[in-house]
Amino acid sequence: MTTALSGQEVSRQIGERFPDAVLQSDEAAVVLRGESLLEVAQFLKTTPGLEFDYLASISGVDYLDYLEVVYHLTSMKNNHSLVLKVRCWDRDKPSLPSVVSLWRGADFQEREVYDLVGIAFSGHPNLKRILLWEGFEGHPLRRDYL
Amino acid sequence: MMELKTEPVLINMGPQHPSTHGVFRMRVTFDGEVIVDMEPVVGYLHRGIEKLAEERTYTQVIPLTDRLDYVASMTNNHAYVLAVEKLAGITVPERAEYLRVIMDEMMRISSHLMAVGFLLNDMGAFFTPLMYMFREREKLLDLFEMVCGQRLTYNYMRIGGLSHDIPPEFLPALERFVQEMPHFIDEYDQLLAENEILLARTKGVGVLSRELAINASASGPVLRASGVSWDIRKADPYSVYDRFKFQVPIGTAGDIYDRYWVRIQEMRHSVRILEQAIKGLPSGEVMAKVPPLLRPPQGEAYAHIESPRGELGFYVVSDNSIAPYRLHIRAPTFINLTTLRDLVIGWKLADAVAVFGSIDIVLGEVDR
Repeated sequence: MTTALSGQEVSRQIGERFPDAVLQSDEAAVVLRGESLLEVAQFLKTTPGLEFDYLASISGVDYLDYLEVVYHLTSMKNNHSLVLKVRCWDRDKPSLPSVVSLWRGADFQEREVYDLVGIAFSGHPNLKRILLWEGFEGHPLRRDYL
Repeated sequence: MMELKTEPVLINMGPQHPSTHGVFRMRVTFDGEVIVDMEPVVGYLHRGIEKLAEERTYTQVIPLTDRLDYVASMTNNHAYVLAVEKLAGITVPERAEYLRVIMDEMMRISSHLMAVGFLLNDMGAFFTPLMYMFREREKLLDLFEMVCGQRLTYNYMRIGGLSHDIPPEFLPALERFVQEMPHFIDEYDQLLAENEILLARTKGVGVLSRELAINASASGPVLRASGVSWDIRKADPYSVYDRFKFQVPIGTAGDIYDRYWVRIQEMRHSVRILEQAIKGLPSGEVMAKVPPLLRPPQGEAYAHIESPRGELGFYVVSDNSIAPYRLHIRAPTFINLTTLRDLVIGWKLADAVAVFGSIDIVLGEVDR
C-alpha cells in the first residue's frame, strides 16, 4: 500500500531547510510559495527518506481567488506519496517555476496546464499550447471561461 | 572525391496516417533515412472532456469517461468511480468489487490483444496476427455485451457499485474463456516469439532506460519493460486486488520486444486473476446505498488504477454541489509520449512506426 505522507510532517522537514518556503500545510497536502517551488522540489527528490523520484500527475485548478497547481508525487523506492500545491494570485500573468529540469514527466503536463488553465512555467524548454491550437484565445479550464 | 552534402528534410506523418492509430501527427526531421528530430503534435481529438464534466452531475460523467481510452472503457469507469467514492466516502459491496476486478482484467486482456496485434501490423505482419488476436477479443466483447449491452463504451460501473448484476449465462461463458485462453496465448508465443523478423525488428530498438522511464513518469507496460517493478495493483492495491495471487512481469532491456513480451505475459496473469475472482465471487448486492443526486463534501481526491496502458488517475475537486468543481484526468499514454522523441532519434522511419506502436497510445485518452 502506498503510504500518503502527512503534509505537516513533510512541511516540518522542509521548514528546517527552507524556513520561508511553506505557506500552509495540513494532513493531506503541503502548500508552497511559488518562488521556492524548484528548490523544495529538488529537496524532496534527493533527500534520503523522501526520495520522490516519480511525478505522477500535475493538475491545474482555478479557485477564482487564485490559481492552484497540484503535484502528486510518488516515491517508488519508499512507496509513499505526497500532494504538493502552489498558488498564483495574479490572474493576468500567472507564472510559476517549471520542474521539467527535475522530472521530465512534467514536460507535457505543464504544457497542458499552460494551455488549459493559463499558467506560464518559467524555465520550461518548449512552453506552447499542446491540446488546443496556436492562436486559440483564452484558457478553457478557467472557471470564468464560457 | 567530391564531397556530398545532405540537407535535413522535414516530413509530416499524420494526422491522417494508418500507422498513427488515430489522429496523431509526428513532425519528423530526417537526415537521409535517419531521424534527427521528432516532435509529437496532439490535440486533434480534444473534446474538452474535463470542461464538459464541470457541467454534469457526478453520475453523468461516467459515460464521458468511456470516451477516453475507448479500447479499455471499463478501466476508465473504474478509475473515475473510485475517485468519487474516495471523495464521498462510499463503501462498495464486495460482489461489486469482485465483478469490477473481473471486468478490469477482461479489459486488460482485450486491450493487450489489440496492442500486440496492431504492433505486429505496424511491423508488416499485415492483419494475420491481428485477426488471431481479434478472434479472442471478440469473445470478450460478447461477454461485455452480455453484462451491459455494449461492446465498446460500456457505462457499466456506478458510484457505489455497478449498474446491475451479471446475467446467469455470463459466468459459464467466462469460465470457458478462462480455460481456453492460456492455450491461445501459447499459440501467439509459438507463432511470434521466435520469429526472426520480429526479433530483428524489435530487439535493441527504441530502448527506454530505467532512469529515463521513471524520470519521465512513464507507466504501465512501457515502464515495466524498462525493468521497473511498479504495478499499482501491487504497489497501491485498490478494489480487492490484494486478495489475488499474481505476478508482475518485468522486462530487462526496455526495447520494443520487451514491451511486446510484457504485454503477452500480463495476459497470462490476468487469466490467473480471473480464475481466482470467479472462484471467490461472493453473492449479494452490487450497489451501495447512494443518493440519486450525489453531493460529495467539499474537498478533493486523487485515485489511480493500473489501466492496461499505465497509471490512470482522476483528480476530483468538489465544492459540495452536484457537479465536479474540477476533474483532471491523468492519462497514461499522454505522458508516455513524453519520451517518444528520445526513443526514435537515430532510427529509421520504419523503426519509428514500430516504437510508436509499442507505446500503444489511444488518442481518445491522449487528447481527452
